[in-house]
Amino acid sequence: MAAHPGGLIRVKGLTRVYGDRKVLDGLDLELAPGEFTALLGRSGSGKSTLLRALAGLDPDVAGGGTVEVPGEVSVVFQDARLLPWQRVLPNVVLGLRGAERRGRESLAEVGLAGRERAWPNELSGGEQQRVALARSLVREPRLLLADEPFGALDALTRIKMHALLRRLFEQHRPAVLLVTHDVDEAIALADRVLVLDEGRIAAEQRPGAGGPEARAETHAEIRARLLTALGVTAGV
Amino acid sequence: MTLVESRPTAAPGPSATTSATPSVTASAPGSRARPRLRPGRPVRLGFLLGPSLLLALWAVASATGWLDPRFLSAPWTVVGTAAELAGTGRLQDNLLTSVGRVALGLAIGVPLGTALALVSGLSRWGEAIIDGPVQIKRAIPSLALMPLLILWLGIGEVMKVTVIAVGVLVPIYIHTHNGLRGIDSRYVELAETVGLRRGAFIGRVVLPGALPGFLLGLRFAVTTAWLFLVVAELINSTSGIGYMMDLARTYGQTDVILVGLVLYGLLGLFSDAAVRLVERRALSWRRTLAG
Repeated sequence: MAAHPGGLIRVKGLTRVYGDRKVLDGLDLELAPGEFTALLGRSGSGKSTLLRALAGLDPDVAGGGTVEVPGEVSVVFQDARLLPWQRVLPNVVLGLRGAERRGRESLAEVGLAGRERAWPNELSGGEQQRVALARSLVREPRLLLADEPFGALDALTRIKMHALLRRLFEQHRPAVLLVTHDVDEAIALADRVLVLDEGRIAAEQRPGAGGPEARAETHAEIRARLLTALGVTAGV
Repeated sequence: MTLVESRPTAAPGPSATTSATPSVTASAPGSRARPRLRPGRPVRLGFLLGPSLLLALWAVASATGWLDPRFLSAPWTVVGTAAELAGTGRLQDNLLTSVGRVALGLAIGVPLGTALALVSGLSRWGEAIIDGPVQIKRAIPSLALMPLLILWLGIGEVMKVTVIAVGVLVPIYIHTHNGLRGIDSRYVELAETVGLRRGAFIGRVVLPGALPGFLLGLRFAVTTAWLFLVVAELINSTSGIGYMMDLARTYGQTDVILVGLVLYGLLGLFSDAAVRLVERRALSWRRTLAG
């Protein structure tokens, strides 16, 4: 953490309890401004619980600890979650006043210029998720939380969305926390990959360190280490 | 693979010519047609077909003498009587009075029912206070409330409009409340993450989400309004279609009674069609079985 003094997002001793199960158990985490972090974990490891805590979506859940996040937090859900009774542009600028122009720009950025008047039902799954990305971007977030945003998409669409998300990240530079169960997705997109296990951060890797050449060389090595941390023992 | 191979033998075979739907069997991969589960394309003016059949049956029964005119007048007698009544202006006066009562009753009952449903649906306290009384009102037949309403409000216009408004309120409340509670909680979560204020939340999420339920309630409400109008006008009135019919009963004029019935029927039919038109416009974002 020494490289990023004064981390933007700071989580200390975060505990979340559902029934008699401690899903998060004294978790500490710091995310630097403008850093792309991926969060891996087995199903049930508490990835979504952590994300919901950061988004402030769990006021009724028992637990403790402190969460410091900036005011501008956006969430991209696994489903695009567009209001079906609103056309695309009103969905993008939902809750913002006089943001029509910025909304159009955001739609153009995700490659959907000209679809402002379409109904969400008329769009493909990938297009709907791009509208959801535009809805997050138009809010100029300092923290972007994404909960398996590509999980419901087919493999080809997912590859395109990876490129889009990385490009948007490089242009806008919010801190990103991407929750995923896909090790390759995490390595391809993130500068920093965390593994959540037993309610704490159990492992950390930095695929981005040392430039793009290093990334390719160490890919297999990092992948193997992450898979081991996730409890998968099969060879690479 | 067997299906593909069987196609060339099935098409030129003798069964293709004897089949009732050769085009379907020829285009389907195999001998069995794919089942069509959608209701198909909408029929133009389809809503008029059923009533027209009923009218034709009535006309035939009257023309053949099978139907005694003292029991039920012939359709052309009814038309003649309607023209006569219209000539003297009695028909228009009574019609206007009746339509006015229904319109006023709806204008009061619909917003009231919607407001109650909103309060009850958006707050637990509201539900605890409002839902019980509305359910009790629903359980009491509205006719049974008439004696009390007459005692309180007299037999004037206020009583008639109140009967309609209170009757209309119930279906609006029930269906709007139901639609509101059926809104996906994921949309509520979304509204929280984008920081919607309560006003915007109601305008962007709650009302559009409850709109299908509200419109269903409105269809029931419109029919209910005419029902309560009849009750109010038959019991104690000096104007309106119901009064005209009650007067005709005293003189044994089945043709006038039928004019009233036809009027009520037409009014009910057209007001329902109007609501359905609004429904189709307002819910154009939905892709459902109805297409």
